[in-house]
Amino acid sequence: MDKRLTRILPRVQKPSRYTGGEYNQILKNKNEVDLRVAFCFPDTYEIGMSNLGMSILYQTMNSLDSVWCERVFAPWGDMYEEMKKAGIPLYALESGDPVSEFDTVMFSIGYEMAYTTVLDMLDMAGIPLRSENRPDLLPLVCAGGSACVNAEPMAPFIDLFFLGEGEELDNEVLLLLRKAKMEGWSKKEFLRQAAMIQGVYVPSLYDVSYNGNGTIRAITPETGVPAKVKKRIVEDLDAAPYPTDPIVPSTEVVHDRVSLELFRGCVRGCRFCQAGYIYRPIRSKKPQTLIRQGIEAVQNTGHEEISLLSLSTSDYRPLSELCDGLLDYCESRSVGLALPSLRADNFSVEIMEKIQKVRKSGLTFAVEGGSQRLRDAINKNVTEEDVLNTCALAFSGGWNSVKLYYMLGLPTETDEDIVGIAEMSEKILHCWRMNAKNKSRGVRITVSTSCFIPKPHSPFQWEAQVSAEEYLRRVNLLRSSIKARNVVYNWHDAETSVIEAALSRGDRRLADVLEEVFRNGGRLEAWTDYFRYERWMDAFARCGLDISFYASRERNVTEILPWDMIDMGVRKSLLLREKEKAYRSELTPDCRKACSACGAASLLKGIQCDG
Amino acid sequence: MDKLRMRFSKTGRAVYISHLDLMHTMQRAIARAGYSLKYSEGYNPHPQISIALPLSVGMSSICEIMDFRLNEEIDTRIFRDKVNGCFPEGILATEVYPAERKSSLIKWLEIEGTFEYDERRPEEVLDSVAAFFDQERIVVDKKSKRGMTETDIRPMIRSIAFSSREDALMVHALISAADPTLNPELLSGALRQLKPELAPDFASYCRIETLLSDGEIFR
Ligand code: SF4
Repeated sequence: MDKRLTRILPRVQKPSRYTGGEYNQILKNKNEVDLRVAFCFPDTYEIGMSNLGMSILYQTMNSLDSVWCERVFAPWGDMYEEMKKAGIPLYALESGDPVSEFDTVMFSIGYEMAYTTVLDMLDMAGIPLRSENRPDLLPLVCAGGSACVNAEPMAPFIDLFFLGEGEELDNEVLLLLRKAKMEGWSKKEFLRQAAMIQGVYVPSLYDVSYNGNGTIRAITPETGVPAKVKKRIVEDLDAAPYPTDPIVPSTEVVHDRVSLELFRGCVRGCRFCQAGYIYRPIRSKKPQTLIRQGIEAVQNTGHEEISLLSLSTSDYRPLSELCDGLLDYCESRSVGLALPSLRADNFSVEIMEKIQKVRKSGLTFAVEGGSQRLRDAINKNVTEEDVLNTCALAFSGGWNSVKLYYMLGLPTETDEDIVGIAEMSEKILHCWRMNAKNKSRGVRITVSTSCFIPKPHSPFQWEAQVSAEEYLRRVNLLRSSIKARNVVYNWHDAETSVIEAALSRGDRRLADVLEEVFRNGGRLEAWTDYFRYERWMDAFARCGLDISFYASRERNVTEILPWDMIDMGVRKSLLLREKEKAYRSELTPDCRKACSACGAASLLKGIQCDG
Repeated sequence: MDKLRMRFSKTGRAVYISHLDLMHTMQRAIARAGYSLKYSEGYNPHPQISIALPLSVGMSSICEIMDFRLNEEIDTRIFRDKVNGCFPEGILATEVYPAERKSSLIKWLEIEGTFEYDERRPEEVLDSVAAFFDQERIVVDKKSKRGMTETDIRPMIRSIAFSSREDALMVHALISAADPTLNPELLSGALRQLKPELAPDFASYCRIETLLSDGEIFR
């Protein structure tokens, strides 16, 4: 270990997150591989090590003998300061080698607020931020993840984006890069070749021009480059790589457990939800595969909990069979089973009774909208009756805490809808009084609201976000409408939502804003510890850009959108149809009832969409 | 099964694993090796595992003591070999055996310290540092639960010797493990407080051996 590091580590908080050496880390001889990958997660170790995607791709890339992929995370502030002071560049955990020595630096970006941390990590590695200032092929800077479905604000910094799922795609690109490195290709030669691979978006091969009013005039690809980049998916999830021997952190991380992914995609089609559209088509894993992988992973890691992941676990058809199979193994060994993302319905209460014989944690409902009309408009298929029936069952079964999640600022929302949120909580309180067996323990009803953020590739991608002032007015309206003492109201601040809204639908010009924020110390901006609203506003002002143009402007449906060159599978015409139906409060049946022919199934060659 | 004891080393990258994280790491390593820890009875059952004399973060050791109970009878040698295949880098079990004496009987710790000087050669300071620790009293400010208190650490040092290496001054000492506990960091700390001109730029420590009050080796 670097001698300077041994001096620093005893002084910083939780130093073991900066050392590597965990069980199941992958070590190779650097002289025996052709390509070294610095796999970077632009957030802390605790967050990154909890990310299943990171764990899958670490294993996938390392399955190539010629490649050694190592992990890199962003240091917390104290470590960052110490590294700067001692002149220690960003290094990879496995070897401790500086990131600048690697052939490629690959970022997994899951949320827009991590963009400036990407810049920070490049800078800590001593790598020039902008692609144009890196004339050589190596190090090649790549990025993927769900915050790259509109990659434009990051386009000037990143040489190559991965769109969609990386299990097959990443290795194809790595093998091409290996060839390019060995044969001494120029960067341009490589990028043009790579752009032919489905799922690869090379922003420098696309020219973007603007109209006088700031909207996009044209997106022009270089000749021979695809005008639309189609995302990649893995067709057979049962055969796809899944790490049953993942790294076991030696320190506590956010999710210290085995994660099993039940299926990808979502059958629900909530109109505000980007994830519901960008992960289509729907592909499920077999329960037998999951049971086998879950047991193997518990044996190989020593974890005490298995968590079932998906966008909507209740929609996994063989859920009972899966739970029974896992419980068979888990119960005798005191391994817990966790099912986040359950729909709050009666069936879920039964399942929860089964898995949490002792501990009764809270019940969570994502209601999103305060009235039936609004819920119809956003296609959130939850009725008040459903919620109250489930609550009745849960309260009589001994639960005494309910959490309700809503969004404020959804398209078509009125003050009446907001007051509806308060009314619903009163009804739940009444329901508790009627059904609770033991009232002496009291009840806790928590209402949380966040500010709606219109996201690219969702039916609301053209919508305006309400201004921060308007969001706060709605928060105050709700505050004053909630009268009951057992109802607690929490609301997210509007400031991060405004920035997130601007970034998620931003264009390439926002790169200057990102760089400006970074130059003024903006890193780990996803953390309230570090987020500074003024820094963002100053940066917008200094770059001569208007944040409201990006966040709170309604786009004309004919406007060219910055992410129009990206094809995530669902047709734009379907998104538009869904937007129009929203304004008529018209429901679209979920995929299980009727396929809406969204277009994503065309990504499948051998199988059918499991919607 | 009776209480078992594992002697293990914690060196290299593992020295940064905190005491609490180490307990969890041990639990998982034992589970990975295919054994099941016995849990305590009661409302909030927890695995029966304890590690004597928590090491501070950054300090290494080749004589850590962990006591635990399993739900099964084991061959201690096979257990040791299996669990050694399941540790993160830097942790290694040297011996596993039935625990006879209580680990609270450990009175002295043999430790080795490495004092690094950036601007000077270690032998230049050797005599002065040795003389400093030869004093009858070494009263330092020590953080305690009630704020800063003055403590004479000299009685907590049973013996201490220095030698110089090319790159560092080596300290060899027997210090009090319990009642009162002396954190070895207070050796370099004392210099920093009382004779800053002799203080090393960086000091690291390693535990070598656990001893009973009569100086016998504890097992
Ligand atoms: S193809 Fe049909 S079933 Fe599949 S995700 Fe699209 S709408 Fe749903």
